[in-house]
Amino acid sequence: MANTASSFSGLVKRVGARGDSRKESRQPMIESRDLCFYYGDSQALYNITLTIPQQSVTALIGPSGCGKSTFLRTLNRMNDIVEGTRQSGEVLLEGQDIYDSHVDVVALRKRVGMVFQKSTPFPKSIFENVAYGPRIAGVRDKEKLAHIVESSLQRAALWKEVQNRLSDSAMALSGGQQQRLCIARALATNPEVLLMDEPASALDPASTARIEDLIFELKANYTIVIVTHNMQQAARVSDFTAFFLKGQMVEIGDTEQIFTNPKEKQTQDYITGRFG
Amino acid sequence: MTASENAASPDPSLTPPAAASDAAGQGAPEHPLPQAAELRTGQRERPYFLWLCSSVTWMSVLVLLALLISVTQNAWGWLDWQFLSSFDSRFPHKAGILAGILGTLWVISLTILFSVPIGVGAAIYLEEYAGNHWLTHVIRVNLANLAGVPSIVYGILGLTVFVRMFGLFGPQGILLKYFGMEINGLFWSDWLGGYLIPLPFGRVVLSGALTLSLLILPVIIIASQEALRAIPPSLRHASLALGATRWQTIRHQILPAATPGIMTGIILAISRAIGETAPLVMLGAMTFVYFGPGNVDSLSDLQSHPEGLLKAPFDTFTVVPIQIFFWVQKFKPEFKSVAAAGIMVLLIILLLLNGLALFIRHRYSKHLRW
Repeated sequence: MANTASSFSGLVKRVGARGDSRKESRQPMIESRDLCFYYGDSQALYNITLTIPQQSVTALIGPSGCGKSTFLRTLNRMNDIVEGTRQSGEVLLEGQDIYDSHVDVVALRKRVGMVFQKSTPFPKSIFENVAYGPRIAGVRDKEKLAHIVESSLQRAALWKEVQNRLSDSAMALSGGQQQRLCIARALATNPEVLLMDEPASALDPASTARIEDLIFELKANYTIVIVTHNMQQAARVSDFTAFFLKGQMVEIGDTEQIFTNPKEKQTQDYITGRFG
Repeated sequence: MTASENAASPDPSLTPPAAASDAAGQGAPEHPLPQAAELRTGQRERPYFLWLCSSVTWMSVLVLLALLISVTQNAWGWLDWQFLSSFDSRFPHKAGILAGILGTLWVISLTILFSVPIGVGAAIYLEEYAGNHWLTHVIRVNLANLAGVPSIVYGILGLTVFVRMFGLFGPQGILLKYFGMEINGLFWSDWLGGYLIPLPFGRVVLSGALTLSLLILPVIIIASQEALRAIPPSLRHASLALGATRWQTIRHQILPAATPGIMTGIILAISRAIGETAPLVMLGAMTFVYFGPGNVDSLSDLQSHPEGLLKAPFDTFTVVPIQIFFWVQKFKPEFKSVAAAGIMVLLIILLLLNGLALFIRHRYSKHLRW
């Protein structure tokens, strides 16, 4: 265990020092209970039971194909789009099962926003990109829309860079700016939970650092679940870390504990780079 | 031109790499020759292939040019205002294409009205909503088959379904014979001096437009499906993840992004419909017509009897290609020139419509950048 601690303890100190006292009192935001998920005949998730507390950052780590992205996408039912998928078990959002038959998927996705690995700005202006969410939710008032766009861009730390060219095409932004635009777009619908599927994997180190700082700031108001391949990133930004392997959740715990003193041998092998 | 020049003489830009390979050969004396030869194989192949491609391209362009030039020569002096503003006549110098132009405009406008919403709607359903079960599979496969059905077959279909309506209505209709109901139309109107919708339709503009709609629907559906399929799934997911419904995603993201592709399909389909003759001959489009549909031949007619606009879809008609077809068959040699002038008119109508569609396409794709 000693070698694990030496490589990550510097990184996780920040998280540990801030979070310890608050962690106990946090309410659960999302709970999954015995969640199994199938693509056709092949099972992708096996009995996932975990709790994601409010106003925290939870990182999902694990090797490729371990089911962490699939799990993330079950949390706002984006997997519904894929044909031939089914699931068993429950996912509770503040105590309500989101797979219940009378849950409106559209309303769910307004509460649980998502940012994808590849930034996907709409081929429209920067303003229209951010205003899209509120607009389809029925906001017509122009002043209100402008206000939402400004505050969302500010929360995504993009306002200063784009305030003078809101009507330019979003496609003209750099990769890092596009990803922050996507975060701003997700924030504009005022979600409670923000799911991020490897939000910085296609970005350069400087842009990655900005996204990570942003995640750190956002957790004061949002519950964030982030999938990442980069363990340093998980250690830097998250309060809790869950390790997935072959469709099963091996271990979940405080980030500090996972990276310095994992309970399971598989977790230790993965974070010390013995496989994956 | 530049392509053919390149083919004739070796591309000068190829020389430096060849020289470089020679130098490399001298630098490595163990295997000098085979290496140099290998490096040059592409150099030998490229001019042949280039020559082949450019000659095929220029051949087709030349054939088209020859046709255009001969048609223009024949039509020279015949394509004038008199030709555009008169109806057909037994005398070549008095013959004109006005009935054909008015008929084509009416038929094509109605065809667009019917086929575009139905075609794009069907494509959206098949691509965005329909599941992957056996029925949709059968539909998808047969759309391609339908696009390949000869147009004369659609003519027979149109004759039975729209012109005669299976012989159900009218004084000799099955309904009268067996059920004692004589139905000659719907919505009697004294103002129009007849039924608003006569039944059966008969050999009228509406029958022609519906038949042509059936003819081009498969083409529009297939092209629209391709355009919708080309939209990256990430765009759909991004919109859905923001809490958009499926219809909002289609309406605000997918359709605008797919519009240029859909427009291309519609252009091709409409161009085909404009030039189509066989199914309309089958339907019994008139060849010797002295009036536009609904007797509306000019703007002043719109003021004197505006109800003509309502009557026009149920009036007999002719279209430009049918006029050309019958002029070509006429005995008097001057009618060959009249036909050539008609061809010019058809080409100009086609170019104008395509230009309009390209303009719309350009306007939409300007906002799109991937």
